[in-house]
Amino acid sequence: MHLPDGFLDAKTALLSTGVAAAGVGLALRQARRTLEPRQMPMLGLAAAFVFAAQMLNFPVGGGTSGHLLGGVLTAVLLGPAAAVVVMTCVLVVQCLVFNDGGLLALGANVFNMAIVNTCGGFLVFRLLKRVMRMEDNRATVFAAAFAGWFGTVLASITCAGQLALSGQSPWSVAFPAMALVHMVIGVGEGLATALITMAVLRARPELVAGTDGEARAPARGVLGYGLLIALGLVVFVAPFACPWPDGLEAVAKSLGFASQAAPPLIKGPVSEYRLPFISSMAAATAAAGVIGAILAFIGAYGLARFLAPGLDAAKKDAPSGN
Amino acid sequence: MRLPETESRPSTALHRASPRVKLVAALMLVAFTALLPRRLGPVYFAPAAVLGGLWLASRMPLIYGLRRLLLAQTFILGIALLCLFSPSARPGFPATVCKSNLCVLALLVLGWTTPFPELLQALRRMRLPAVMLTSLALMYRYLPVLAEEARRMERARACRTFSRKRRMAWQNLGVILGRLFVRTAERAERIYLAMCARGWR
Repeated sequence: MHLPDGFLDAKTALLSTGVAAAGVGLALRQARRTLEPRQMPMLGLAAAFVFAAQMLNFPVGGGTSGHLLGGVLTAVLLGPAAAVVVMTCVLVVQCLVFNDGGLLALGANVFNMAIVNTCGGFLVFRLLKRVMRMEDNRATVFAAAFAGWFGTVLASITCAGQLALSGQSPWSVAFPAMALVHMVIGVGEGLATALITMAVLRARPELVAGTDGEARAPARGVLGYGLLIALGLVVFVAPFACPWPDGLEAVAKSLGFASQAAPPLIKGPVSEYRLPFISSMAAATAAAGVIGAILAFIGAYGLARFLAPGLDAAKKDAPSGN
Repeated sequence: MRLPETESRPSTALHRASPRVKLVAALMLVAFTALLPRRLGPVYFAPAAVLGGLWLASRMPLIYGLRRLLLAQTFILGIALLCLFSPSARPGFPATVCKSNLCVLALLVLGWTTPFPELLQALRRMRLPAVMLTSLALMYRYLPVLAEEARRMERARACRTFSRKRRMAWQNLGVILGRLFVRTAERAERIYLAMCARGWR
């Protein structure tokens, strides 16, 4: 999902840099206020951990393998504010040292992978933990699994929106391609997130911020990220996803100067939206997304039921691990 | 893990130039290239010529540059392929690939001439928040350490488990990474104490 340079146009790059800067600023302020000084080195170390974890490959089958992305995992383990800072560090080093992801596209990448992925995943994680009446550790594993899937798919959708908004490839192509691929990748991400969370819960349960997430992440802060993600979805995705003319167009029409308006900002996607096959493709993807979400939900539940008994049994006679 | 710093580098005028200037120049070059129109034209020769000149001036080895450019192709082609599927965007394909490669080249020259700690100094003078700077510096310092630790744990796992079942592989790797996180947290605590002992803050 790392966007290289050259794919975004000026307005998309500027817009996403603005939203990303707001998000990272919010996270930095919150991290400074809520984290104790003794936790500060953990931000840098966790970033190095995510990088190191990405080097180990999970076997997928057919000779292929995938690796952890780590955004939702960091949010579950450290809380959303710390996770945004950690993932931003990872992306900056990937861009400047390893040439993964562009410099002009850094804002877009930070927004997708450090804000939408981590905070979107964390919001779902928190919601599920609150709603599900399950034993605590089991609920954490279940919520982490589903949030891992959800965060990955959500980030791929804003990424597709950015590509479409900059006219790189029409929404009707970018959305199905990105969303479908990441619905598959997300399964691995969710599974890995749950397994790693469980391993940490077994060894040092107090390290998982998600267990007392309410205490570490005040509701107001989480609300801020929710608003930012909503803003991102409105800016990058809503122009393409809504079949009705957008508000600006409606206002222009009612005021009667639509005919003399400058050439529309977004030309390609809208005209191609009318093609029957292509538009049904986007609708089918949305439907597949809903079905996929239900399946991921059931899968995560099964995973938690299946694995969590081992968690409790291990807790009783666990050696003080070293 | 091999960081670019571990390569021996020449000391050209580009290496000695102020990192701040280089960072801003790279950003401007990338912005100029990335915002060129999506049609191949003679205007593409301008950034290509500038970058070619910089490559020569920085004395970056050919193999080093080409290998890293090749690594970047998966990301570029993966996303560029999307525009082959729609008739309206298809003509933009060669231009986009060309642009992206030029931008990667700009970052490569920046990375070759400027070690990351110098970039951090530049970012500090550009008023990047302190929390971010400390995190970036610590991350860069401990990247090779943790990467080596991860690889060591994986090697130890491979020596001890002979199962070819995929489920076991996932569970084992989950345990290894969970363990690695715990070790990372413990290391962070030790680092904090060491930093305090040396008068941090």
